[in-house]
Amino acid sequence: MTNQIIILPIILPLIFAVTMLFFWKSVKIHRYVNLIGSTISLVVSVIIMIQVLSDGIISLQVGSWQAPFGISIVADLLSAVMIVITAVIGFATALYSIGTIDPGREKFLYYPLLQFLLMGINGAFLTGDIFNLYVWFEVMLISSFVLLALGGTRGQFEGAIKYVTLNLLSSAIFLAAVGILYGIAGTLNMADLARRIPFIEQKELLTAVSVLFMIAFGVKAAIFPLFFWLPASYHTPPVAVSAIFAGLLTKVGVYALIRFFTTIFVHDIGFTHNLLLISAALTMLTGVLGAAAQSDFRKILSFHIISQIGYMILGLALFSPLAIAGAIFYIIHHIIVKTNLFFVSGVVDKLKGSYDLGKLGGVYKYYPILGLLFLIPALSLAGIPPLSGFWAKFVVIKASLEIKEYLIVGIALLVGLLTLFSMTKIWNEVFWKDDPKGSENYIDESYKQISTVKKYLMFAPIILLALITIVIGFYAEPFFNYANAAAEQLIDSSTYINSVLGLK
Amino acid sequence: MSFLLALIIGILYGAGTYMILRRSLVKVILGLIFLGHAANLLIFTIGRLTKGAPPFIPQGAETLAEPYADPLPQALILTAIVIGFGVQAFAIVLFKRTYQTVGTDDLDKMKSTDELK
Repeated sequence: MTNQIIILPIILPLIFAVTMLFFWKSVKIHRYVNLIGSTISLVVSVIIMIQVLSDGIISLQVGSWQAPFGISIVADLLSAVMIVITAVIGFATALYSIGTIDPGREKFLYYPLLQFLLMGINGAFLTGDIFNLYVWFEVMLISSFVLLALGGTRGQFEGAIKYVTLNLLSSAIFLAAVGILYGIAGTLNMADLARRIPFIEQKELLTAVSVLFMIAFGVKAAIFPLFFWLPASYHTPPVAVSAIFAGLLTKVGVYALIRFFTTIFVHDIGFTHNLLLISAALTMLTGVLGAAAQSDFRKILSFHIISQIGYMILGLALFSPLAIAGAIFYIIHHIIVKTNLFFVSGVVDKLKGSYDLGKLGGVYKYYPILGLLFLIPALSLAGIPPLSGFWAKFVVIKASLEIKEYLIVGIALLVGLLTLFSMTKIWNEVFWKDDPKGSENYIDESYKQISTVKKYLMFAPIILLALITIVIGFYAEPFFNYANAAAEQLIDSSTYINSVLGLK
Repeated sequence: MSFLLALIIGILYGAGTYMILRRSLVKVILGLIFLGHAANLLIFTIGRLTKGAPPFIPQGAETLAEPYADPLPQALILTAIVIGFGVQAFAIVLFKRTYQTVGTDDLDKMKSTDELK
């Protein structure tokens, strides 16, 4: 049994990043290593997913220290699909970065940082130990701090201050919660915790700790009322960075919430999951209303991340197999779509030199194909059938109907409508209306100077992700079946526990 | 001893929370450092303080006899201190660069990116 393969998504990015550091001065080598590395990571992740599908949960005890004592690396269905999506986004961003990142940032180790970021994200998805999860969060955060501030414009610094402060605060809360949990349960292995928690007597303390975890992950997932760092920072860095952040970082928080509140903390569902439910409803509403007030392309998209996070948390909070399957499907769909929308906003910026809706216009006339490429993810985000977002929303709303949470259904539908409003606003302002600068074919000077190869590299990831969106939309069943199986694995944690602890 | 540590943790949390609510960048970073230390001490205390009982299995015995000092919380804290050191060092440099670029250390004046156009 070659279960060592599941450590590769963590080790490979490290190897590639260190390789790049050996060629500090040569940006060209960085680009190639990053691209080849992302491709290899993608292949490895897909192999892992296939293996998990055929053999069930794979776990690895690092250094052969037996399960509850050492660090476990575990790939179940949820982890497997998350690392595949991470690799897809890593690959798309690798292409897009070559096309758009300026030489100044490339010279200051942009590509190694990207690989370190992917290492942290993959580590967080694969680990089966809570303290190890904290360590991977920090790896991910420190890389994201540097990527966010790299370039040193005023806006980036202002955004980075808020991002860094709130994320450090959440790490401190996370650490405190880890400590208290260890004090109560005497273990930090997720599988071992899942096994022991039903027998712990201090249930009130346990609930308090679970809320501390909820806050710590809630900051990272940007749920209400902890999301304020996100719209303050995500529109400041170069668009390739925004895109990978928008796609993956908040979803690590959502993943952690799903993992903790299905496998570990299910002792007081009436309290914890109700809290999540209220938060989910408010997250959806505040996110979408915040977006309605904005007139900056990327700020609108940032606020929509928040409202979409609400749907995922909603799926988790309802806590039925169908709802959790819906949440997982939603994550898969949302990562692809949101990254793609940011990519499109970057191309529009290159074309017209602005993100401000008031200054943009007439893109459709000049570039109809870009209009189409925007519409696919935008309509998918709003949930227009038959695109992927429709199925994601459909499943979550169907699950809420089954549990008879009619108020939530109303809010979810209203938020879908308002999302459509926001997307139409972008469409009208950026693509449809005439260019306010007067001349019909005003194109920014810098765009004319971009080489054809770089233009292809800018469009390739957008087309790739749009195709994936269409495939998920028209061929949703296997994806949904997968999400369903992953949800069942989460709710019935016995297979997870047995696999990690080596019980039979 | 536990009581004393609990008191220190409480003071650190209180001071840290107060400091990160200030508008000055320097005070915010101090607040973050306090909160980090408070969390570390919390792990240390909550992992139960046992004096003079190292976790060694005596000769001839198969398992550890209670009470013994659990080494794991200390391993966790060591890791957390190292990570905290790196992250805080980065944050201090970031805050300094921000001060140089923006020209103020007042957080209320750092909202040029949040304004609605």
